[in-house]
Amino acid sequence: MAMLEINNLGISFGGLRAVDDFNITIEKGCLYGLIGPNGAGKTTVFNLLTGVYKPSEGIIKLDGKNITGKPTIEINKAGIARTFQNIRLFQKLTVLENVKVGLHNHKKYSTIAGILRLPSYYKVEKEMNEEALELLKVFDLEKEADTLASNLPYGKQRKLEIARALATKPKLLLLDEPAAGMNPNETQELMDTIAFVRKHFDMTILLIEHDMKLVSGICEELTVLNFGRVLCQGKTSEVLNNPEVIKAYLGE
Amino acid sequence: MKKIKISKELQNKLITCGIVVVFFLIMQILLMTGNLSSLMQGLLVPLCMYAILAISLNLTVGILGELSLGHAGFMCVGAFTSAFFSKYMMIVAPNFNSGLRFFLALIIGTAFAGLFGILIGIPVLRLKGDYLAIVTLAFGEIIKNLMNILYIGYDKSGFHFSANSSMDVEMDETGEFLIKGPQGITGTPNDSSFVIGIVLLLITLIIIINMVQSRTGRAIMAIRDNTIAAESVGINVTKYKLLAFTVSAAMAGTAGVLYAHNLSTLTALPKNFGYNMSIMILVFVVLGGIGSIRGSMIAAVILTLLPEWLRELQDYRMLIYAIVLILMMLFNWAPKCIEWREKMTAKVKIKFNKFTKKEGI
Repeated sequence: MAMLEINNLGISFGGLRAVDDFNITIEKGCLYGLIGPNGAGKTTVFNLLTGVYKPSEGIIKLDGKNITGKPTIEINKAGIARTFQNIRLFQKLTVLENVKVGLHNHKKYSTIAGILRLPSYYKVEKEMNEEALELLKVFDLEKEADTLASNLPYGKQRKLEIARALATKPKLLLLDEPAAGMNPNETQELMDTIAFVRKHFDMTILLIEHDMKLVSGICEELTVLNFGRVLCQGKTSEVLNNPEVIKAYLGE
Repeated sequence: MKKIKISKELQNKLITCGIVVVFFLIMQILLMTGNLSSLMQGLLVPLCMYAILAISLNLTVGILGELSLGHAGFMCVGAFTSAFFSKYMMIVAPNFNSGLRFFLALIIGTAFAGLFGILIGIPVLRLKGDYLAIVTLAFGEIIKNLMNILYIGYDKSGFHFSANSSMDVEMDETGEFLIKGPQGITGTPNDSSFVIGIVLLLITLIIIINMVQSRTGRAIMAIRDNTIAAESVGINVTKYKLLAFTVSAAMAGTAGVLYAHNLSTLTALPKNFGYNMSIMILVFVVLGGIGSIRGSMIAAVILTLLPEWLRELQDYRMLIYAIVLILMMLFNWAPKCIEWREKMTAKVKIKFNKFTKKEGI
């Protein structure tokens, strides 16, 4: 069964048809790319998937379960985690705490246990620390565990955002322009990280990207959006050679 | 590495509580040796009260990151509900154990303030920033004014209410007013003491510090730093906002109980429960450092003592107070000052390290 299945998704903002008749099927374990010129509606699709916007029509199914129009928290619990185009970390928390916030719904103790420092507090906090540090190790961030998130260099902030998203134990990971603002070296490193995450966590990944090197390097399948509509869909190499796509990107 | 972190957290807590305990011991010694002026003696309970108010507001402003200007309103709820209970108990059961009575009054005051926190929080926390500040300000004023029009009497046949005038409360000759409109509640037992104040302050401190350094606190701070991201990792924003707001309100209620039982007459004036009070608490929080529990506590103590110490200067008193406020603000927030402070702490640390090495500790 497909991990993500979207049928006839659409949303209008007033008179503007931001996304129209959007269909996509992503198999489990696939690394899928969503590309398109600026303003094509890529981030809007992400926002629809994560419940930030409610779709005007269409059905979103995650692992066979209908999640259309549910609130963001429920969708996260159902198994979709995301990163943001403009990094949204918890700036005044440490790197470790950022990941521990991600573990919020998986490692639990009550507020009272926290205030009274009951045994469950120590037990769960210990488990949380261990699990968070393990995740940080994957992203080579364990040395910075006690650094404030805002003091991390840009590339590491991106990584931390992915680590935090993975801490929520998603089935599907959405990456919104993970390579934005990175130099070629950092991009290369990011590509390796994404490939590693996919293998290590057996993750299904959907990513938005402008960096064609990254897209052609790691994505297996692509969907090209233009003016809110699907322009082309299929295997990466086929899509990137499609004259329609080249026209949309480079003009006539 | 993890070991260091835990001990650091514990160290912080111990320092904060240590300051309170040392302050308590100094004051107690001064009291015993008779070196404390009557003015200072009268200030001991208010000091604890202001410190509790400051740290509780810091939970809303510093940790949750929402500006609330109605904190005095919650204090008012705590003060009136607890004083009402104490007064009622004095009439119904004059021989009741005063310690237990105060304990019950404390729970009632805190619980009611918390309840009001929930009731007001539900609509108010939908707003953000300035709008939230304005609406909390309004609610604070509403609570205060509500207390001013309330008449409640008690006689053999039970309670009598009116929101009009004392004439409309129809009691027989045995009746007595519990709340008499603008005259408030008179004859509240003076159950508060410095010791109780310090104990309550310590409890409040530990509750807030423990809460902040737990799963709950992390969720609240995540909401403060980035609401959208917090939601995207599955944090129930409404729930945690309301929780922080309610705990903050309940603790303001605790301070209110302390206040009410320190005076024999409790009236809801603009001076004690109005806008000015809310702003004053906010000044403690801002000057002590938004998000710094210890700082806001210290700021509350200094800024409460200062006007009293400067009383001899009469008219110039508020002038100097204002200058101190500005200086504290610069010291805390000016970038140059922060730089200088960091340099100094680094220097002190180096010297300290040398010292410990020499001593061979």
